[in-house]
Amino acid sequence: MPIDTKERLKIPRQKMPEQDPRARATNFEQVNYGFTLELAQLEASRCIQCKKPTCIPGCPVGIDIPGFIKLIEVGDFIGAARKLKEKNCLPAICGRVCPQEIQCETPCVLSKKGRSVAIGHLERFAADYEREQGEVLIPPRPKPSGKMVAVVGSGPAGLTAAGELAKMGHEVTIFEALHKPGGVLIYGIPEFRLPKAVLMAEVDYVRQLGAEIECNAVIGKRETVDELLASGYDAIFLGTGAGLPNFMGIPGENLNGVYSANEFLTRSNLMKAYLFPEYDTPIVRGKNVAVIGGGDTAMDAVRTAKRLGAKNAYIVYRRSREEMPARDEEIHHAEEEGIEFRLLTLPKRILGNDTGWVVGMECLQMKLGEPDESGRRRPIPIEDSEFVIEVDTVVVAIGTGANPLVPRTTPGLETNKWGNILVDEATGQTSRRGVFAGGDIVRGGATVILAMGDGQRAARAINEYLRS
Amino acid sequence: MNLILEKRELAPQACLFVVKAPRIARKARPGQFIILRPDERGERIPLTIADSNPERGTITLVVQEVGKTTARLGRMQKGESILDLVGPLGQPSHLEKFGTVVCLGGGFGIAAIHPIAKALRELGNWVISIIGARKKELLIMEEEMRLASSRLLIATDDGSYGRPGFVTDAFKDLLEEGIQTDYCIAIGPVPMMRAVCKITEPLEIKTVVSLNPIMVDGTGMCGACRVTVGGKTRFACVDGPDFDGHQVNWDELVKRQGIYLEAEKLAMEMFLHPEGACHRRGEGDAH
Ligand SMILES: Cc1cc2nc3c(=O)[nH]c(=O)nc-3n(C[C@H](O)[C@H](O)[C@H](O)COP(=O)(O)OP(=O)(O)OC[C@H]3O[C@@H](n4cnc5c(N)ncnc54)[C@H](O)[C@@H]3O)c2cc1C
Ligand code: FES
Repeated sequence: MPIDTKERLKIPRQKMPEQDPRARATNFEQVNYGFTLELAQLEASRCIQCKKPTCIPGCPVGIDIPGFIKLIEVGDFIGAARKLKEKNCLPAICGRVCPQEIQCETPCVLSKKGRSVAIGHLERFAADYEREQGEVLIPPRPKPSGKMVAVVGSGPAGLTAAGELAKMGHEVTIFEALHKPGGVLIYGIPEFRLPKAVLMAEVDYVRQLGAEIECNAVIGKRETVDELLASGYDAIFLGTGAGLPNFMGIPGENLNGVYSANEFLTRSNLMKAYLFPEYDTPIVRGKNVAVIGGGDTAMDAVRTAKRLGAKNAYIVYRRSREEMPARDEEIHHAEEEGIEFRLLTLPKRILGNDTGWVVGMECLQMKLGEPDESGRRRPIPIEDSEFVIEVDTVVVAIGTGANPLVPRTTPGLETNKWGNILVDEATGQTSRRGVFAGGDIVRGGATVILAMGDGQRAARAINEYLRS
Repeated sequence: MNLILEKRELAPQACLFVVKAPRIARKARPGQFIILRPDERGERIPLTIADSNPERGTITLVVQEVGKTTARLGRMQKGESILDLVGPLGQPSHLEKFGTVVCLGGGFGIAAIHPIAKALRELGNWVISIIGARKKELLIMEEEMRLASSRLLIATDDGSYGRPGFVTDAFKDLLEEGIQTDYCIAIGPVPMMRAVCKITEPLEIKTVVSLNPIMVDGTGMCGACRVTVGGKTRFACVDGPDFDGHQVNWDELVKRQGIYLEAEKLAMEMFLHPEGACHRRGEGDAH
C-alpha cells in the first residue's frame, strides 16, 4: 500500500483504547489496552520515513525508529520487535513508561505540523505482539570471553548493562537486594501501568541472553565491591538506583498514616498489599489521602491510593501544573480518574490525634514568582494563607536521594555532595578502576530510558576495558 | 538455599532454627539481623541473627510466634527451605572493652543479647547478664547465657524461677550491691528497654538498646523503620538497630509499631481458621 506523503499527513494520530476511567479507578488492571493490529498499522503509516530522522537522536538508546515503524506498517510485527531489541532489550517496558513527549516524539517533524507519530505506543505494540505470539528470539550465545562482570542492582540500568555484556560474551551476574528483580519497575511502578507479567518476560529475556540474577544479595553488606573484585570479578557495574526517600522535614512526618512513596508503592506493588489478606503484607487504606509531589512517583502513589478505596485523593504540589515533572499521560489519566489537584500548595505540618494517627495537613497557599536556576518559576508563600486539608493518610513523593550502602563501603569511590557516584559521562567509569556506574545512582532520580542508556554505554566501555 | 537444618522448641510458641546461609554466616556480626519471607504470599520480617557459624555455614534464628508470618515459620520443619533470606543487615553492635557491662535480655530479646554478651566477654569485659521472662517455661537460652556471661541473674514476673519481678528489679538489686556499671545493653520488649533506660539515665550509665520497628526492605529504601533518636529521624534498618536508649522517642516507637494491629489480627485469624474467616475476606477491599 504505497501511499504518498500527502496522504500520510492526512491521517490523524491514533488513540490507544483505554479502560473507562470510572471503572479503572477501582481496579489494578492495565489502563491502556494497546493498539490493535489495524490501529498500529494505520498509526505506523503516518511516519513519513524522513531521510535524516530527527527522532533517533531523541532516543537515549538510539533505536532505529523509522526502521521499526516501517516494519509495522508492512505487517512484519515480529521484525519490528527484533529491530527494537537491537538497541533496547526492554521495549515493552519503555513503550509503557518512557516520557516520549520530551524525547523521541518532540523532534518528530510531524509535531510541528500537528501531532507527532505515537512512537511509544508503536514500540509497545511491537514488543507485546512478539511476546504474545511466543516468538521471542534469543540471539545465539557468543564465544565466551572468559571474563566475569558483577552488576549491582537489577533496575533498568543494571538489566541493560547485564544484557549487553552477556551479548558480548562475558559471564554476568546481577546482584539484587530485593527478592525480585526489576528495581523501580517492580517495586515502584504499579501493575495498572506496567503489568508484572510484562516486566517478568523482559527480565527473563535478559536472563536468556545469559545474565544470571541473584536476588536477596545486598552488596556492601553481604559482600563489598572489593570482595567481589577479589573473588574473581573483572569489572563491576553499579546500578543501585536512587533508593533513599526524602522527607519534607516538617512536623508530624512520623505519624501513623504517613508514608514515603517508596514504602507505599513497595507495599502495594512488590508485596501486593492491594490483595491483602490473600497476601500477607498490609497497607493503610485511607479515605482521604494527600500525596505530596508532582512527579511520576506522586501520580503512581495517588492513583494507587484511589484504587485502594480513597474517596478523596489529592495531589499536593507547590508549583503549578506546568511545572509538574510527571509524564503528560499520567497527569491526564490521574485527572480522568478523579484525582484532585491542589496546586500552589505547600505542606507546613501534618496534624495528628493522640493515638498518633494523621487527621489533617496544614498548608500554605503559594504564588509564582521569578524563574529560578531550573528555569521554572519559583513558588513563593502567600502570607497568612494557612489552611487545613482533612486527610488520614499522607504520602511523601518529593524525590529520592542516593542510597549510601555501596559508596560507604567502597573506599576510593567518589561521590558528589548528594552522594551520587561521580563518573566519566562517556564511559560510566568511576574513580575506581574496573568499577562503572549508571542510572539513578549517578543522575539522581531520572528516567528508565536514561538509566538504560547509561547501562548500554557502560557495557561498551566495560567491554573495551576487559578486552584491552 | 536457606535450608532449615535444625529446629528446636525453646518454649511454647518459640522455636530455634539453624538455617544454611553460608554467605550470611561469613559476614554476620553480633547485633545484625536478616529479613526473610517464608513463601510467595508472605510478608518480609526482620529477625535478629542469634548466632552464626561460618565454618558450618549456618545462622541461628529464634522465632516467637506473634503474628501470621512467625506462626507460619513455626510450622516449618527441618528439611524445608525459607523462600527468601537476606542479610546480614544493620550495623553490628559496638563492641569494645568497657569494663563491667550489664546485658539485659527480656523474653525473646535473650536470643538477641546472647551473641553480644558472648562477644563482649571475649573482649575481656566483666559481663553481668540479667535475663527474664513472664514465667519459667518461657525463659529461653539459660544455659547459653550462663556460658556467655561472667555472672547471670534471672527474674520471672510470676516468681516461678529466679528473682520474682522484672529484669529491672534484678538490675536494681545489682546496683544496690554497689556494682559499678560502665556500659549497659538492653534488648527486649519496648516497655522493658524503656524501664532500663529510666534506671540508667539518672546514673549516667551509657545504655544501648536494639529497636525493632516495622520494616520492609531493610536497606534504607522505604523509611518504614524510621525512629526518632535525639530529635532526629533515623532509619533503624541502616542506622541501627542499636541506638542510645536515652535519646529514643519511645512513645512514637510504640505508636508506630501498632500501625497494622487490626490487619495483623485479621491475617492471624485467617491463618488459624481459614474457613471461618472467609466471609471477612472482601471487607475493606477495593475490588
Ligand atoms: C514510582 C516511580 C515511577 C516512575 N515512573 C517512571 C516513568 O513512568 N518513566 C520513567 O522513565 N521513569 C520513571 N521513574 C524513574 C525510573 O524508574 C528510574 O529513573 C529508573 O528506574 C532508574 O533505574 P536504575 O536502574 O538506575 O535504578 P532502580 O530502578 O532504582 O534499581 C536499582 C536496584 O538496585 C538495587 N540495589 C540498591 N542497592 C543495592 C545493593 N547495595 N546491592 C544490591 N542491589 C541493590 C535496588 O534494590 C533496585 O532493585 C519512576 C520512578 C518511581 C519511583
Ligand atoms: S525498612 Fe525500609 S528503610 Fe528501613
